[in-house]
Amino acid sequence: MQKIGKQFIFFIVLVIAWEFIVRAGGWTPDVMPKPTDVWEAMKRGFVDKTLLYDLRASFTRLFIGLAISLALGTALGIILAKSKTADDTLGALILALQSVPSIVWLPLAIMWFGLNEKAVIFIVVLGGTLVMTINMRMGIKNVPPLYIRAAETMGSKGIDQFIRVILPASVPYAVTGMRLAWAFAWRALMAAEILSTGPGLGYTLKYASDFGDMSLVIAVMILIGVIGSIVDLIFFQRVERNVMKRWGLDTN
Amino acid sequence: MGVKMFLHIDQINKEYTNNKVINIVLDNVSASVDEGEFISILGPSGCGKSTLLSMVAGLVKPSSGTILLDGVPITKPGKDRGMVFQQAALFPWLNVEENVIFPYKKEMKKAEAVEKARHYLQMVQLSNYGKHYPHELSGGMQQRVAIARAFAMDPKVLLMDEPFGALDEQTRTRMHGELERIWLDTKKTVLFVTHSISESIKLSERIIVMGTRPGRIIADIPVDLPRPRRFDVPETIELEKRINQLLKEEIDKVVKEELSYAENR
Repeated sequence: MQKIGKQFIFFIVLVIAWEFIVRAGGWTPDVMPKPTDVWEAMKRGFVDKTLLYDLRASFTRLFIGLAISLALGTALGIILAKSKTADDTLGALILALQSVPSIVWLPLAIMWFGLNEKAVIFIVVLGGTLVMTINMRMGIKNVPPLYIRAAETMGSKGIDQFIRVILPASVPYAVTGMRLAWAFAWRALMAAEILSTGPGLGYTLKYASDFGDMSLVIAVMILIGVIGSIVDLIFFQRVERNVMKRWGLDTN
Repeated sequence: MGVKMFLHIDQINKEYTNNKVINIVLDNVSASVDEGEFISILGPSGCGKSTLLSMVAGLVKPSSGTILLDGVPITKPGKDRGMVFQQAALFPWLNVEENVIFPYKKEMKKAEAVEKARHYLQMVQLSNYGKHYPHELSGGMQQRVAIARAFAMDPKVLLMDEPFGALDEQTRTRMHGELERIWLDTKKTVLFVTHSISESIKLSERIIVMGTRPGRIIADIPVDLPRPRRFDVPETIELEKRINQLLKEEIDKVVKEELSYAENR
């Protein structure tokens, strides 16, 4: 409760300071809007429903992309963990790709899929898959050997052992992988939307920028940040904490 | 001929090569166990007692020699041998009941499996904890679940690898009492690895004492003291002294070897 109180006061002070500094500096809204301008832009966006359409469009792409990348990442991670050859070859490629921001694939994606949904989803999938793959691989490689020995003495081996012991034992890593995949996918989605087509939060941001509407730009930025942290805090961190606790990995 | 030992460990050798140095873990180990016996394997650390137990479990292969259980050679792990490790090795994503059911889940209907799990949980006095998850239990309770799980498999022989080694003194003493009671009720064949002399005297019918470098059997001592075993009677004190002497010679030998090794460098 105390933490929430502090945070509340901090953000109030921040907004008030922003308002006064912009007023004192005398900047016009097309350079640096005040919080009240941003509030107006946000309200306008929701009243005429453009921001609602944007949110729906963005989330549709995100969920499709994220679902594909979680499935793909899980499968790839299992393959890398189970096959030494795959790990040495495909694994090296995936590590290399991981250091390439997924947005740089956009020119190719547009050539392949056209300037449409598919290109954006492709970027989102790339953004989420690699990090999920890497975490899933680690999860399977780090199953405590004691679990495997115990399972063997209880007559569980092969595919039965994989499904009943190794997969559940790797859940903590998989959850971390999902959380990171969400974060990467969310960033990739915004970048792809800015550079491609709408509707969508990223597209509206670019559209506002083209018309010099900095109030709307900041309103969209705030929306992106708030949604990103709400999903992370309310959903993923909570799930992660519960899993860590149950799996006995909670350090405190 | 005619008398077939229940568990027969026959001339087991185990060695491995490390940097061209041959390391002998077990040297010509033979032992026989009757059905229903409680046997402790006692020895200092590094004597290969846990390796021997893992071989009976089928988790480790001997370099030479065979182990027969009920006349059948052991080549791989199997449900006819239940194992309790030093750590409880419960699966944290399953609750206590599901952990106990794990080994025989596919062999019977769910209601039947749950019934069976409840029976064995009652045996270790954890009837009320079936729906709890392992992280909610103390170390001693977790180990009791592991024991229930091993018994529920109804193995021919129960292998216990220092099962109370990670518990505090008071909990350990209580667990000895519980295990003794359960063994007297079930008369399961138990192979119990420990480095504690008092633990072995408290629990077993026979104590196999192992020496180190190389790991081998140096004594096989029957314990025919009345249960529950008391530590304030002369017979027990005498036995404890005798085993202590045997182990002391082994440990002295290792210390001497290490000293002469250091001097010759």
